[in-house]
Amino acid sequence: MSGGLVRGGRARRSERAVGVVPAVAGASAKAPGAAGVAGASSTPGASGGSGASSVAPTEAPLLDVRGLRVSYRTSNGSVDAVTAADVSVLPGEVVAVVGESGSGKSTTAHAIVGLLPAGGRVGAGRVLFEDRDLLGLRERDLRAVRGRSIGLIPQDPMVSLNPVRRIGDQVAEALIVHGLASGKEAAERAVAALDEAGLPEPALRARQFPHELSGGMCQRVLIAIALACRPKLVIADEPTSALDVTVQRHILDHIEELTHAHGTAMLLITHDLGVAADRARRVVVMSRGEVVEQGPAERVLTDPEHPYTRRLIAAAPSLTGRRVRPRPVRDPVPRTEPLLTVTGLVKEFALPRTKEGPRTLRAVDDVSFTVRRGETFALVGESGSGKSTTVRMILGLEAPTEGRVLIEGRDVTRPGRAEARALRRRMQLVYQNPYASLDPRFTVSEIVEEPLRAYRVGTRAEQRARAAALIDQVALPADVLRRKPAELSGGQRQRVAIARALALEPDLVVCDEPVSALDVSVQAQILDLLSRLREELGVSYLFISHDLAVVRQIADRVGVLRAGRLVEKGACEQVLAAPTHPYTRELIAAIPGRRRPRPLGAVS
Amino acid sequence: MRGYLLRRLLQAVVVLWAAFTVSFVVLYLLPGDSLSIRLGGLEGTATPAQIDAVRAEYGLDDPLYLQYAHALGDALGGDLGRSAQTGAPVVRTIADALPQTLALTGCAMVLAVLGGGAVALAATFTRVRALRQVLLSLPAIGISMPGFWVGLLLVQVVSFQWGLLPAMGNEGFESLVLPAITMALPAGAMIAQVLAKSLTTELAEPYVETARAKGAGRVRIHLRHALRNASLPALTLAAVVAGNLLMESVVVETVFSRAGVGRLTAAAVDTQDLAVVQGVVLLAAVVFVVVALVVDLLYPLLDPRVGRTV
Amino acid sequence: MTTATGFGARVVPAARGHAWFVVRRPGLLLSLVVLALVLLAAVFPTLLADGDPLVGTPRERLQGPSGAHLFGTDQLGRDLFTRVVHGSSLSLRATVVAVAVALVVGGGLGLVAGFVGGWLDAVLMRTVDVVQAIPRLLLSLALVSALGFGTTKVAIAVGVASVASFARVMRAEVLRVRSSVYVEAARASGVRSGAILTRHVLPNASGPVFVLAALEFGVAILSVSALSFLGFGAPPPTPEWGVLIADGRGFVATAWWLTTFPGLVIAATVLSANRVSRALDGERRRER
Repeated sequence: MSGGLVRGGRARRSERAVGVVPAVAGASAKAPGAAGVAGASSTPGASGGSGASSVAPTEAPLLDVRGLRVSYRTSNGSVDAVTAADVSVLPGEVVAVVGESGSGKSTTAHAIVGLLPAGGRVGAGRVLFEDRDLLGLRERDLRAVRGRSIGLIPQDPMVSLNPVRRIGDQVAEALIVHGLASGKEAAERAVAALDEAGLPEPALRARQFPHELSGGMCQRVLIAIALACRPKLVIADEPTSALDVTVQRHILDHIEELTHAHGTAMLLITHDLGVAADRARRVVVMSRGEVVEQGPAERVLTDPEHPYTRRLIAAAPSLTGRRVRPRPVRDPVPRTEPLLTVTGLVKEFALPRTKEGPRTLRAVDDVSFTVRRGETFALVGESGSGKSTTVRMILGLEAPTEGRVLIEGRDVTRPGRAEARALRRRMQLVYQNPYASLDPRFTVSEIVEEPLRAYRVGTRAEQRARAAALIDQVALPADVLRRKPAELSGGQRQRVAIARALALEPDLVVCDEPVSALDVSVQAQILDLLSRLREELGVSYLFISHDLAVVRQIADRVGVLRAGRLVEKGACEQVLAAPTHPYTRELIAAIPGRRRPRPLGAVS
Repeated sequence: MRGYLLRRLLQAVVVLWAAFTVSFVVLYLLPGDSLSIRLGGLEGTATPAQIDAVRAEYGLDDPLYLQYAHALGDALGGDLGRSAQTGAPVVRTIADALPQTLALTGCAMVLAVLGGGAVALAATFTRVRALRQVLLSLPAIGISMPGFWVGLLLVQVVSFQWGLLPAMGNEGFESLVLPAITMALPAGAMIAQVLAKSLTTELAEPYVETARAKGAGRVRIHLRHALRNASLPALTLAAVVAGNLLMESVVVETVFSRAGVGRLTAAAVDTQDLAVVQGVVLLAAVVFVVVALVVDLLYPLLDPRVGRTV
Repeated sequence: MTTATGFGARVVPAARGHAWFVVRRPGLLLSLVVLALVLLAAVFPTLLADGDPLVGTPRERLQGPSGAHLFGTDQLGRDLFTRVVHGSSLSLRATVVAVAVALVVGGGLGLVAGFVGGWLDAVLMRTVDVVQAIPRLLLSLALVSALGFGTTKVAIAVGVASVASFARVMRAEVLRVRSSVYVEAARASGVRSGAILTRHVLPNASGPVFVLAALEFGVAILSVSALSFLGFGAPPPTPEWGVLIADGRGFVATAWWLTTFPGLVIAATVLSANRVSRALDGERRRER
C-alpha cells in the first residue's frame, strides 16, 4: 500500500502546524493512495437499499447524491477513489459521513461542489441539489452555487486562509463575489459574520492576518466565510481534526448552534465515530470508495448491519468501552519498585529579548512522577503542554534546566559518557509519526538491526536473526524485512518502529503519541500489540498522548499535563471516573461520543 | 524603523568590505605574477631600475597585510587605483561606462519581468493542456541558450536578413532593442520558471480551495489570491537576477560592440588589468546590496508574516 | 501482501520500472540520446566524423550545409561538423572539471559546515553569502584574470564560482537530515555520531547535491563556452564550441551556419542536461 493512506494532518497535534504547511496537502495528497485500498473485502450493493428508504417520503431531499463515481488520474493510470456513493440530506438535517482515510469520504464531499483536486474526474452519477444536477452545470453556474447555496468548511484551518490578506477582506469576499454586498457594507457584514462565528473582538480580528490567529480562531473565520451568504447546506470536511480536543468541542458546538439557528443543513465529514454520534441525525459509513451502510445515527451506531461498521465501532476508543486487555491478575514483581523516577523536572527556553530584558519560556515546570516496573504510565496533555519536552529530557536528548531523572536510582541526566550510553540502552523510544522516524533508505531489517549494531550485540548473522525474530514478534510477515518503509502502510511502519525499540531488550519504552497518526482500526491493533508485548516481555511504558480515550485503553496510571505543570495524577480509572482538577474534567468532557444515551463501544 | 535601517546599512557596508577582501584575495594572492601583470607585459624590456621603481610604487615589497591595508584605505577614500592599461582612475573609468550599461540593464529587466511574468501567468491559467505544456517548456529552453549565440542569431535575422535594427553600436534607442532582448531572455526565463513553479504550488494550497468554495472566479483567484503569494519567492531572487543581468552585459556588449561596463570588463580581463576587474566586482556587490536592501524593505509590505523588526 | 522471491526478483522490476519511466517521457528519452551522442563525440570523435578538424580544403571554403558537409564549411574550408564533433571533447572535459571542482569543494565545505556547526559554520556561511553577492560570470572572469587563460583555468574558474551554491545546498540538506526524526531515533537508540554521519546523513543529504550537479553541468557548459567565446579559453585553431562561435562571428552576414550550428549543439546539450536533472529531481521527490 502506498504511503498516501494516512494523512499527517489527521494527527491532532498542532505544534508544528503554526505558520508552516503541515504534512497534509488536502485531498490531493492522498488521492493516489486511495487506490491501494480499493478492491478487497467490500460487498457491492450493500449501499443501495438503506439509503433511499431512510429518506422520509414526504420531504424532498435538499441534496441527493446518486451512484457517484470518482477517479483520479495518476502516473499509473486511473484509479477509483469513490466507486458508489449515495448520500442524501434533507433541508436542515445534519448527516455525518464516517470513514477511515482512503474511504473516499472527502472526495465525495469535494465532488459535490465540483472542487476535486487536479486529476480528479467524476465518472458517473448525479448530484441533485434543489433538483438541479450540479455535475451538469457549467463552471460559471456552479460558481453561483458555491458559497451562495453550499458553504464549505475545510479541514485544516491554519492553511486554509490566504496568509497575505486580511481576515475581514477574506470574509467579505464571499459576499462580494455573489454581489450580496460591496465596499463598506461588505466590510461591516464581514465583521458581523465573524462576531456570529464566535470570534472575540471581531472588528480587531478583521484587520489582522491569519498568522496572528490561533488554529481555533482561524476555524471560526472559515465558519464565518462558509455561513456568510446564509447557504442552505454546509459541507464540513473534518472541521476540527487539526485542532486540540477542547477547542474541537467548542467549535463543533458553535457550528451546530449556528446551522440550527439558520435552518442550514450540514454534511459532516469525519473519521471520528464519536463526533458523528454526537452531532448527526443520520450517519453514512464509507469504506474503500463506497457507502456500506447508512441510516439513523442511533441505529447505525448501536445496531450496525455491515461488518465493516461493526469493526469500526469496536475499534473506536472511548471512555466506557473495553480495555485492550483485562487487567492481568498476575503480579510477579512487587509493584512498588520504581523503574523511572522523575523529580522536579524543569525546562526553560530562552525567548527573543525584549526591552524588559531576557525572557524565558518555562516549557516544563516542576514535573515529578514515577514509573514502576511492568506498568504503563501515561502523560496526557494538549499541544504545548510540555509532554514532548519531558520525554526528550528523560531520554537525554535535551538537558533539563533543573530536576533529576533516575533509572533505578541512577541519575541519567549527569552521568559520564559511557554510563549514559549504558543507561540509554535501557530506554527506547517509539515516535508519533512512523513516516518520519524510519530512514527511507534503510530496509526494515537494517532499521531493526541498527540499535544492535550500535551496541555491538552479537555477530551480523545473529543480528539478522534477532531482527527477523522481532519482526515476527510484532506480527509482521517475514518478507517485510527486505522492504523499505515507503512500501509499508502506517500501521506496519509503526510495528517496525516498535520492533526497533525492543531490539535491545529495554526496561522502559517511551511511546510518544504512537497511534495518533493512524486510523482507528489500526490504532486498536497497535494498542493490542503494545499490550501483548508488555505481558510477554515485562517492559514498562511511558505513554504520551493527547487522547484520554486512547490512554484509558492502555494505561495503569495517568498524569495530566497542562502548560508544563502536572495538574493531576493517579490511577487511570480513578482519574477518569472522578477527576479532581477542572482541566481534567474539561478534557474528559471534550471526548466525543458521550452524548449518546447508549455509549459507543459498548457494542463489542 | 530607524534602528532597522541603520542595521541594514551596517550589514551592507560589511558585505562590501567582504567583497573587497574576497576580490583582493582572488586577484592578488592567487598564483600568478602580479608584478609582470602590473608591468603590462613590459618585463622583457624593462631595466632592473624600472622594475624596482614599479615595485616601490605599488608597494609590492611590503608585507601582504600592509598592501591590503593600503588598498583598503584608498578604497575607503573612493580611490580604487588606476587602470594599468590607460592609467585613468578606475572609479572614473567605470562611472563613464556605467550609464550605457544601466540603460541596457534597465530595459532588459523590464522586458524580463513582463515577459517572464506573462509566460508564467498564461501557463498556469490556461486549461488547454497542450498550450500549458508548450508555455511551461519555454523557460527551460530560454535558460539553455548561450546568450552570445542568441545575440548573433538576432543580428543575423533582424539586422542582416530583415534589415530592421542596427547590429551594433550605441546610437539611440534602436540600438538598444536587440541587446536588451538578448539580455532579457535568460533572466526572463528564470523569472518565468520560478514564478510558474510557485504559482502552481500556491494554486494547490488549501486557501485557494477556500476561495473557490466561496464562489470566486478563476481570474480573481489567480490574480488576487495566488499571484501575490507566488511572487514572494520570485522577489527574493531579484538581487541575484539583477546581478546576473548586469554581468550578462560582458557578453552582450561584446556581441553588439557596445561601449559599457561589460566591454570594459572583458577588455580588463583580456589585458589582466586587475584594478579595473576589482572595481567591477565592487560595482556588482554594490548593485547586489542595493537591490537586496530594496527587496527587504518591500517584503513586509507584501508579506504580513515578515515583521519589519526582523 | 505479495511474497518476494529473493533479491533478483526485486531488482528486475525496479530496472524495468526505470526503463518504463524513461520510455513514457519522449523528451527525457531524446535528452538521454543527445547526451549519449555528445559523450560518444567526446570519447571517440572519429566514429562520428573521421576528417581532420584542423585541415581544410580551401576550394570548399564557406559552403552552406549539404550532404557532404552537414554543418557547412568555414573560411578555410574546414568541415564544421567535424570541428564541432572534435570540439566536444575539450568542451566536455572543461565542463566535467568545473562540476567536479564545485561538487567536491562545495559539497565538502557544506558537509563540514552543516555537521560541525558552531563558529566554523558561521564563518563559512558568511563567506558563502558574500561570494554569492558577486555574479558568477564576474567571479569566473576575476579568477581567469588572476589565473591566466586556457581551457583548464577557465574550467577551474567556472567551478570555483559555483562552490558557494553547492556549499549552501549541501549544508541545508545536512541540517535537514540531521534534524529529521529518523536521525533522532537513531541517536536515541544509541548510534554514535560517526555512524549517523556515514549511514544516515550522507546518503540522504547527497541526493539534492547530485541533482544540483546535473543542473550545474548545463550551467558550466554555458559559462565555459561564454568565456571561450570571449577569448579566454583555448587559443584559436583548437576546435571548442565557444571558440567556434567566436570564429564564425565575422561571417554572421554571409555564412549563418558558422554560428548557428555550434550554438544549437550547445543549446541542445544544456537543454538535455537540464531535462535529465529535472527527472532526477522528480525521482528523488517521489522517493520521499
